[in-house]
Amino acid sequence: MSFFKRLFSKEEEEKKLDESLEKTKSGFFSKMSKAIAGKTKVDVEVLDELEGVLISSDVGLETTVKIIERLEERVAKDKYINTSELNSILREEIVDLLSENNTEDVEDFDPPGGEAHPSIILVVGVNGVGKTTTIGKLAYQYKLRGKRVVLGAGDTFRAAAVDQLRIWAERVGCEFFSKGMNTDPAAVAYEAVNYAVEYGCDVAIIDTAGRLHTKINLMRELTKIKNSIGKKMAGAPHEVLLVLDATTGQNAIEQATHFTNATDVTALALTKVDGTAKGGVAIGISDQFKVPIKYLGIGESIEQLQVFNKRSFVDSLFKESEQFSK
Amino acid sequence: MFDNLSDKLESAFKNLKGDGKLTEINIAQSVKEIRRALVAADVNYKIAKEFTDTIKEKALGQENVLNAVRPGELMVKIVHEELVQLMGGQTAGINIKGSPGIVLIAGLQGSGKTTFSGKLAKYLKEKKTKKPLLVACDVYRPAAINQIGVLGEQIGVPVYKEIENKNPVEISQNAIKHAKQHGFDVVIVDTAGRLAIDEVMMTEISNIKEGINPTETLFVVDAMTGQDAVNTAKAFNDVINYDGVVLTKLDGDTRGGAALSVKYTVGKPIKFASTGETLDTLDVFHPDRMATRILGMGDIVSLVEKAQEQFDEKEAARLEKKIRKNKFDFNDFLSQINQLKKMGDLKSLVGMIPGIGKMMKDVEIDNSAFGKVESIIYSMTPHERTNPEVINYSRKQRIAKGCGKTIHEINMFIKQFNEMKKMMHKISRGGVPSMDMMGGGAGGRAGMAKSRNRSSRNKRKKRR
Repeated sequence: MSFFKRLFSKEEEEKKLDESLEKTKSGFFSKMSKAIAGKTKVDVEVLDELEGVLISSDVGLETTVKIIERLEERVAKDKYINTSELNSILREEIVDLLSENNTEDVEDFDPPGGEAHPSIILVVGVNGVGKTTTIGKLAYQYKLRGKRVVLGAGDTFRAAAVDQLRIWAERVGCEFFSKGMNTDPAAVAYEAVNYAVEYGCDVAIIDTAGRLHTKINLMRELTKIKNSIGKKMAGAPHEVLLVLDATTGQNAIEQATHFTNATDVTALALTKVDGTAKGGVAIGISDQFKVPIKYLGIGESIEQLQVFNKRSFVDSLFKESEQFSK
Repeated sequence: MFDNLSDKLESAFKNLKGDGKLTEINIAQSVKEIRRALVAADVNYKIAKEFTDTIKEKALGQENVLNAVRPGELMVKIVHEELVQLMGGQTAGINIKGSPGIVLIAGLQGSGKTTFSGKLAKYLKEKKTKKPLLVACDVYRPAAINQIGVLGEQIGVPVYKEIENKNPVEISQNAIKHAKQHGFDVVIVDTAGRLAIDEVMMTEISNIKEGINPTETLFVVDAMTGQDAVNTAKAFNDVINYDGVVLTKLDGDTRGGAALSVKYTVGKPIKFASTGETLDTLDVFHPDRMATRILGMGDIVSLVEKAQEQFDEKEAARLEKKIRKNKFDFNDFLSQINQLKKMGDLKSLVGMIPGIGKMMKDVEIDNSAFGKVESIIYSMTPHERTNPEVINYSRKQRIAKGCGKTIHEINMFIKQFNEMKKMMHKISRGGVPSMDMMGGGAGGRAGMAKSRNRSSRNKRKKRR
């Protein structure tokens, strides 16, 4: 694995997303084709089936109802919409829905914070969503772009979490800051930022221990970590990245809400998108939660992180179905 | 964000109540609501549909439902019972017979396998007086072997590992030889997280299972899992035919519909529930509580447990004595507030009380509600806090200035405090608390606890 190997070309990247979303599609759209099989007109029954398809893709009840209502409106207006048009209409509606969010997709892996130097990223999330892995992958991308990166080992609680991050730092070939296990994470964060400033790093990514959003004291600790970063460097952290597991159900929205209350989350990373879980949760989250999805984790190896692009995400979802309708 | 599930159900049943009688039509209506409620709790869509169809038949089939005075309540009962039955059924223990007994742990990435392995080892060691051996078979994730090593150290259970060996089948087989030679009677094999669609990894877990022939194979699943729980559970079951399911991260606020989905799909019993990061938070699965939770009907048992968690007997005894002597002061009040705050988000606490959830739907419960009370107390001198009776008009004026409230507010607060104090005193002397009084009583009991809080270390200069 060469660090100087340039990332995949755009095309290759899209192909990768297609591949990892394949399961989503085959789940999503084989069901959909079943739903409209033998039908020529979009009627109540078809819409009911469609509701089932969306819900079982983790789009979520509220967003599903919203989409279905929009379709109903269109069907009411144009009574003779046939089922072959359904795909393109649904696609339009989903793109519209995602665009209402008013959040711009990012083009590439640029350190957040614009002119700020160093750029500080705080990574938060519940247990087992893939925070540390995402940090490793993100550091790799920055490193590829010639940035000097330091990882701050702020998970001082879970067994061997510091080791895990250290191994990632070694893999990426970036710097690593730790005060060891069972130390104060806010102090680690503060000193990691200090390290980045002093040694002229471009990016500092700070890990935190996984915590359930219902644990008030742990959420307060997170606020404290964030504040201590701001104390060392005004305006930092420049990004608070909430990592969400794509296999999580409706609880993802609760997580997003609570973590935002504690730390003003500015971006989301959706992980484990390569599983059987439906990427559908991305639609639900974009609709209900006005913080942009920025990254997709699509596998376990170091280069399998992508910037999220609404259009290509939806395109990916629909590719197979187009073939189907032809 | 989401409508409370109990609201949905209750509104569905309101329709029933309005008509006073169940008919086929309004059953269909409420069944749809129940289905949506289940789906919002992450129960798989298809399963929710099948489940509610059964409910519908049951409800229609029961003459007494159609004629019931309160059909809605009966319907809830049917749904609840059906859920409990579905998720419970036979309660099978864990099979660790054999020399040694072998437990294989499998699941997705981040579901909590390693933490559970540690908890299980601790449980077997302490509760079943076994001599367990943990086996580190996650050769992929960075520091996974260290992680289980640290856990093993914490609970005093040896961990078998082969740092250089990248073949988990070999490692697990060697571990069992090692266990036999060294007199371990249970071997717990922790494996790497894997996706159900990863054929290479699924073949690996199948080979591990064949290689060690475990007496118990457990599938670990995150309680927050969404619709996909069904696919994962089925895929793993097809490959390793596990004996039971472990539900993790139940200490969050997820409704946990995944529990129903998994049980319904594969029919395997849920054997353990894992509810925290410390290694002694392993529990047997309670289907009735889970049913209540999925339906969002309030969970009084968990509420009581939460209170108990924070409950400190010594402190409670101390407070009780103070109350009996009518010496309850502002410091005690503060420590109660802190206790209550520790139990979590107020709204979620209130939501746990059955029936209240609906009433409180539109009421914004502000967690800073205590803030006012606290600021008033913090504006008192230590002497005033321990001797509430000394607070006269001039002191009140000063307190009002200190906390930025009006004299009127201070008066109101002190009046309320005195009433509460009187009531607690009465109860402590054997007065039977009526439902109205339970408000104060519950606060007194559940809230009493733990160490003296910081408040007694005064922020102001002492003034007497």
